[in-house]
Amino acid sequence: MEFGLQLNERPMEAPREAHGHNHWNPYVDTGGTSLAIAGEDFVLVASDTRQSDGYNINTRYDSKAFELSNKTVLALSICSADGKRLYEILEQRAQLYFHKHDKPIGTEALAQLLSNTLYSRRMFPYYVFPILAGVKADGKGVAYSYDALGNMKDVTHIAYGSAAALVQPFLDSQVGFANQRNADPNRQLTRDQAMRIAIDAFTGSTERDIYTGDWLEIFVVDATGVHKEVRELKHD
Amino acid sequence: MDPITFELPHTLKAPKAAPSLGPTSRTMQPMITGTSVVAFKYKDGIMMAADCLGSYGSLARFRNENRFMQVGATTLLGASGDMSDFQFMKHKLEDLLTSEYDMDDGQSLGTKSVYKYVSNIMYGRRNKFDPLWNAYVVGGIDNGEAFLGYANLFGTTYQSDCIATGFGAHLAIPILRRRVEGRADEISEEEAVRILDDCMRVLLYRDCRAFNKQRRAKVTAQGVEISEPYALETDWSIADRVVGYGA
Amino acid sequence: MAPLLEPNAGFKFDNAKRNQLLSDKGYMVPTATKTGTTIVGLIYKDGVVLGADTRATNGSIVADKNCRKIHYLAPNMYCCGAGTAADTDFTTSMISSQLALHSLNTGRDARVVTAMTMLKQYLFRYQGHIGAALVLGGYDVMGPHLFTIYPHGSTDKLPYVTMGSGSLAAMSVFESSWRPELSREEAVEMVKDAIEAGIFNDLGSGSNVDVCIITKDNVEYIRGYSQPNERVPKEQSYRFAPGTTEFIATAPAATANDAAAMDVS
Repeated sequence: MEFGLQLNERPMEAPREAHGHNHWNPYVDTGGTSLAIAGEDFVLVASDTRQSDGYNINTRYDSKAFELSNKTVLALSICSADGKRLYEILEQRAQLYFHKHDKPIGTEALAQLLSNTLYSRRMFPYYVFPILAGVKADGKGVAYSYDALGNMKDVTHIAYGSAAALVQPFLDSQVGFANQRNADPNRQLTRDQAMRIAIDAFTGSTERDIYTGDWLEIFVVDATGVHKEVRELKHD
Repeated sequence: MDPITFELPHTLKAPKAAPSLGPTSRTMQPMITGTSVVAFKYKDGIMMAADCLGSYGSLARFRNENRFMQVGATTLLGASGDMSDFQFMKHKLEDLLTSEYDMDDGQSLGTKSVYKYVSNIMYGRRNKFDPLWNAYVVGGIDNGEAFLGYANLFGTTYQSDCIATGFGAHLAIPILRRRVEGRADEISEEEAVRILDDCMRVLLYRDCRAFNKQRRAKVTAQGVEISEPYALETDWSIADRVVGYGA
Repeated sequence: MAPLLEPNAGFKFDNAKRNQLLSDKGYMVPTATKTGTTIVGLIYKDGVVLGADTRATNGSIVADKNCRKIHYLAPNMYCCGAGTAADTDFTTSMISSQLALHSLNTGRDARVVTAMTMLKQYLFRYQGHIGAALVLGGYDVMGPHLFTIYPHGSTDKLPYVTMGSGSLAAMSVFESSWRPELSREEAVEMVKDAIEAGIFNDLGSGSNVDVCIITKDNVEYIRGYSQPNERVPKEQSYRFAPGTTEFIATAPAATANDAAAMDVS
């Protein structure tokens, strides 16, 4: 089976209603927050596990960050259904790559694949804001952030989801050292520092964002593989 | 002979006739609906309950619906929302079971597979802007382990020790989280039945679309069991303490 | 020159037309702080117990983690408020002052029905535009009383009541465990359980449980009766080194000597 871009196929499009009225909105926001911090030879990804619907908590434990390989992690935010499907697609493509080339797919290749997959649904986008993070072929840590349509950018730190507006400025300050007169812009965070910042970002946003909480999954990816840790957040 | 006609209850908006939606007709408003399904894990497997009412808007139209389906040997499906869409789903699952049977390979459909199948149909139909207007609970024993999952018309899915659809998400979940979460494998069948009845009683008191005739279902290592309809004991002794609304 | 006039009492509607025009043109109307709330009350053997959570929200952001939702009305009466925070604050404090005048005029404690009637008539007058959903409890010469008052002015008189976005979660506790003639301990425990059901199952409610126990001639108001959501300590300090903030110009700062130089005695 060939999986290259097939030009004779039209991208999936939202079916048009016969009449304008009576539109059903298929998009739902199930809340939650994800972040990534890239270091010199590692990258950290963290997501909370609360899935909500309006003012209800559906479940306190529904993962939205997944291992795609032993060097790449994918974190999704906003619409859980689209996120899970997107993960399945990438997971399948990573498997196919492995069987076809007899080696795991690289982080850079997955990053471009994710962008292409998102754009294939230009006319009926996946309602997700993905972060793909891992170690590159040269051993350096990297995080890619995307918008829902596939626009991609590699970043040192990023926050997406319901508490993004709270976490992003915090990361800009503590990871990016923004607006600090004596800070060395080339200073790299250690693994422990990144871990502490990620934990404080989530305990802080659990305090102030109603959609973030319950449990925290932290993935640290380095040359030796993916290391996962789970911590408890507040349940209110 | 005169055609049989009846007036729609004034509380229900007239259902959109098919031609007004063009060549295809979609469930944009459910017709006959079922209310909450309540489910949780206990020591021996899964407990579930749903009442027997099929509502037509605010009219209690059908009073002997069965909102459960046994799928294969160890899986139970509970449905809320549009009953015709549920019947469609039952049809799909029967087709699936038949084709699995025809394989004659000694394999049987596990609970997780049924859940994935139901979830994929729900997500696929939302992608076509033609949703099945339901919230489903799939419960069962898969490889000796209790499984409980949820899927709805938006393709939203999750697994949890306690799940309730519709009004149950507001009224039953707080009770279930307090009495089940973290201790599911300590709960005996007798306690599970008590918890379930307490949830259904609260729903009966507070959900206008609930009905005091319901079925209980369970999945254990022995298989699926769906009870005959039964009624709950209710307590209206509060009534003589309620007089007027003020002065 | 005309003297400055004291403004008339009540709301001013001067800008109503202008604001409507602006909002029609697409300007954003400022959002109010809501207390997406769980508030409850129940009658027990010797009186009334009121309960409330302490989270105030502004959209999806928690505006206040420990706000006070059980308002004072009179020495024998308290009132839980849900809905628009400003409306519950002002409505209860206004009725409270009217009740104070009323009992000075009559020389008696005001009755709970009096407060209820004043509240419902006030809210009805504004046709639901004052977004106050209240649980009113108190003890007067007629015994314990408990009411709910909706923003449109309707009222209920029931032995146990809940309000706010967590009302269903709280009601699930009452409907499965309430019975007549509860003891004080049982009543307070049940109110705590009802509020905690809201705190943990409703995203609009959170933080702590406040309770208020009103009996004949006594009120016990317990802030933070239950505190099930203590924040864990931060992993590290975020104190910035002096001189971190960028500046573009300097100006001489006032010193202790400057102050001395100002002395012109």
